[in-house]
Amino acid sequence: MAEFRLPANSIVKKGKHFDAPEGATNTRRFSVYRYDPDTGENPRVDTYDLDMDTCGPMVLDAIIKIKSDMDATLSFRRSCREGICGSCAMNINGSNTLACTIALADVEGDISIYPLPHQPVVKDLVSDLTNFYAQYASVEPWLKSDTPAPPDRERLQSPEDRELLDGLYECILCACCSTSCPSYWWNSDRYLGPAALLASYRWLVDSRDDNTGERLDEVEDPFKLYRCHTIMNCTQACPKGLNPAKAIASTKKMLIERRL
Amino acid sequence: MNTLRTPLSRVKGLGSAKDGTDHFWVQRLTAIALAPLCLWFCFSLASLPSMDYAEFTQWLSSPFRAVMMLLVILVAFYHAALGLQVVIEDYVSDHALRTGGIIAVKMLCAFLAVTGVFSILKIALTATTGN
Repeated sequence: MAEFRLPANSIVKKGKHFDAPEGATNTRRFSVYRYDPDTGENPRVDTYDLDMDTCGPMVLDAIIKIKSDMDATLSFRRSCREGICGSCAMNINGSNTLACTIALADVEGDISIYPLPHQPVVKDLVSDLTNFYAQYASVEPWLKSDTPAPPDRERLQSPEDRELLDGLYECILCACCSTSCPSYWWNSDRYLGPAALLASYRWLVDSRDDNTGERLDEVEDPFKLYRCHTIMNCTQACPKGLNPAKAIASTKKMLIERRL
Repeated sequence: MNTLRTPLSRVKGLGSAKDGTDHFWVQRLTAIALAPLCLWFCFSLASLPSMDYAEFTQWLSSPFRAVMMLLVILVAFYHAALGLQVVIEDYVSDHALRTGGIIAVKMLCAFLAVTGVFSILKIALTATTGN
């Protein structure tokens, strides 16, 4: 929902500074968003000067180093450290991406790290994705068919039909796309967002699924689907190189195709 | 509002409106139609300053020009109503304000379109042919 006046306690203040350890010659500055709802204080940006000679190559390595060496109070999600779990999605120098797959060498200058935009913050870099996951569940992302599966083997799919799922099934639900979308910022209570719509399209084009009509009925809505104005932030943000904007456009094409 | 509704129940809300495709499709069709219409309108507008009132009313009384002008007015205001509705839906989150805004935009566009159509018809149908 569009809110042009900031709610209370939302102005981000300047925070604490942590110096690099003595003798460090190769340092780099990290500005990190900090917020703890339990304290009732405003969010702040803490700055950390990191010794890069003892730091791993990825932004996630730097964040882990901050937590283990400089400031144990920093909260963030991480798990696989290889871009498949989607936990460490955050806003790094203005772009939503995975901290584990972006190399420090590929980010210029000082590095600013914020949680995913326009989501409630649980603490520091941890955003509340409850609504995002519920939107994914609402598109019923599983195979639905009125034809019973063959009793003795799996449902068959031709290699050509299987190819249609490439670029769709790889989504890891990190929420980089949805939280980069202005339409999602203003209307995420009703607009499903690029990630859920990509998942919806993945089942719309699955040759084994015969609920295509019902699935199209479910997304045919001025808000659920048509809040997408092809801004393309989703496609630009996707750390897996997927194209949710194209999937949404293809869904719109299917809806027009069935009435012409 | 404090509620114990589940997140899934909130996302599903009132369900799909099963609507929006016509709005999307017609917005694109009117945009395509407006491309040549606007081109014609701009060229026509550019030629107007050299005319006096009598010349202009005679100019507009040509069936082709009157029809083109009617199309410009009708298609432009239809497109504007659709587009402004999208803008209001995007940016106005209060439901009462949103509904009121959409109604106001539709009525204003209809009023302006009918005014334009009436004006063109009045000029086109009452202009004297020849000086």
